[in-house]
Amino acid sequence: MIIKARRRWTGDHAGWISFLLLPPIAVMAVFVAWPLLSALSAAFFRWHGLARGEFVGLQNFADVLFGDHFGPITWRAFRHNIFVFAALLVVQNTAGFFLAWLIYIEPFGYRLHRTAVFLPVILSTALVGFMWKLFLDPNFGLVNQGLAWIGLGALQRPWLGQEGTALSALVLANAWHWVGFPTLVYLAGMQRIPRDILDAAKLDGCGVWRTIRNIVWPLVAPSTTVTFTLLFIGAFNWFELPYIMAGIDGSPYGSTDVLGLYFYRTAFGNQSAGVQDFGRGNALAALMFIFIAGVATFITLQLRKREIAL
Amino acid sequence: MTSEAANSAPLFPRSSSIGAIAAALLVANSILMLYPIILMVFSAFKTTMEIFDSPFSLPDFSNVENFSRIWSETNLAIYLGNSLLVTGGAVALILLLGVMGAYALARYDFPGNSAILMFFLAGLMLPLKLAVIPLFLQLRDFSLLDSRLGLVMIYTAMGLPSTIFIMTSFLRTLPKELEESARIDGASEPRIMLSIMLPLSTPPMVIGAIQNAVPIWNDFFFPLVFIQTDSRKTLPQGLTVFMGEYATDWGVLFAGLTIAALPLSIVYLAMSRRFVSGMTAGAVK
Repeated sequence: MIIKARRRWTGDHAGWISFLLLPPIAVMAVFVAWPLLSALSAAFFRWHGLARGEFVGLQNFADVLFGDHFGPITWRAFRHNIFVFAALLVVQNTAGFFLAWLIYIEPFGYRLHRTAVFLPVILSTALVGFMWKLFLDPNFGLVNQGLAWIGLGALQRPWLGQEGTALSALVLANAWHWVGFPTLVYLAGMQRIPRDILDAAKLDGCGVWRTIRNIVWPLVAPSTTVTFTLLFIGAFNWFELPYIMAGIDGSPYGSTDVLGLYFYRTAFGNQSAGVQDFGRGNALAALMFIFIAGVATFITLQLRKREIAL
Repeated sequence: MTSEAANSAPLFPRSSSIGAIAAALLVANSILMLYPIILMVFSAFKTTMEIFDSPFSLPDFSNVENFSRIWSETNLAIYLGNSLLVTGGAVALILLLGVMGAYALARYDFPGNSAILMFFLAGLMLPLKLAVIPLFLQLRDFSLLDSRLGLVMIYTAMGLPSTIFIMTSFLRTLPKELEESARIDGASEPRIMLSIMLPLSTPPMVIGAIQNAVPIWNDFFFPLVFIQTDSRKTLPQGLTVFMGEYATDWGVLFAGLTIAALPLSIVYLAMSRRFVSGMTAGAVK
């Protein structure tokens, strides 16, 4: 980056600079800054439907966290989010790391694979959700039919229709959709490892597993920081895939209910019930934001300590 | 990637057992990644009965009835058009406003310069999704609720921070001498920007375009909240209507999903390297 020579501001080109800056500032002020500020204030009012009601202080926050009706749903959704984050960390992030390593050593066909693994990433969540919903259909879905076809018919079940498997099925669909992203982030990290380090390890008789465990994994720590953080933010903002595949109520029996769904339901109402609760909805949104931003910052700072400069 | 890598021998020769195992694992995973998509396309050429009876068989691709039914009976073409309109409009506005703002911030020293940059960058941290309720009320006050223009404005606001970030850091690296000599030759400020600086700035503009176009094209949340009229729905949101209407006609369902997947897949396969670098820019330092 070039350091600009500081000159005294003489007011030259002031009109031209304002002409350039005012339109983007206006758009940001109207469509980002103002909504975010009013979201913060709205959380302190009782607010059903379209008119703002009375000021209730922290009541909405207390309701959402500890209320007899709202509290248990919030905490159940929160537990589901934690499960989703942990499961995606194990499935999506780990698979991404090992796929990246397999591509990195450039075996036969690695170029094709690099293209294939990223293809689902560019598809919309709505499309991927519907696709897997059809594949997981209990009667005619390809997953159950495929199990019968390879002689594992005993494993057939309504994957999305029973409490034990629904959330895991969503996690696997999400992992299929997004695994290409950590793969490429890790691959970029591996490509920055100086080759002589790996060659030296090889000469010293370091096996494949030790190379991965003791050299590659520590040296791609910056990539890990990025994928962990993005995965955390993604898992706690999870909305579209469960909405498409499981529905607004997190069926069956709320077993796929996550904070994103609960927020949408609180704010915009259950279509059938027609209940809108902007006050509690915004309180939930504010709590989610504080939690996500706080933990994401913590994760980033903790993981940064692992990073090594070469 | 690096020149040293090109000179040294491969880490594991392809003939080695590790090379062979790696290749086998990648082939297996390629099948896992591609097979669902291939199955979706195959099923689009089958009747519902064929899908249920022999889900894994190869169709003969002569039966295009599912596609012609979608064309004549559903609004999928309208949703596709709306997606093009909204994505195109938003990306154009993002680039226009992003370049304007970034140019002023990167090339001129004036009071408040860094404060304004911080104002834009703050938008990178704050997820607009969580302000969806006030946004909803605000669009209503502007009569932009249930309109494609409303979506364009929201996406523009969402895309500006990252675009301004990329453009500013790039524009700062362009040498000051280019600007000074043009100024001495008597070029006006707009002229310097349009004829000298911007032609040099296409690489970050391409990154900005891709990085914004894909998530906007795929977005489901904001249309879900802000659009009610069927003829104004975008493709991801329109899919829910379509999937509901044809719930039992699986051949048509898969054909619809195939059509929805087609536009971006073609662009991706045609320019996959640029796409990948555009999408992962920022995540990869």
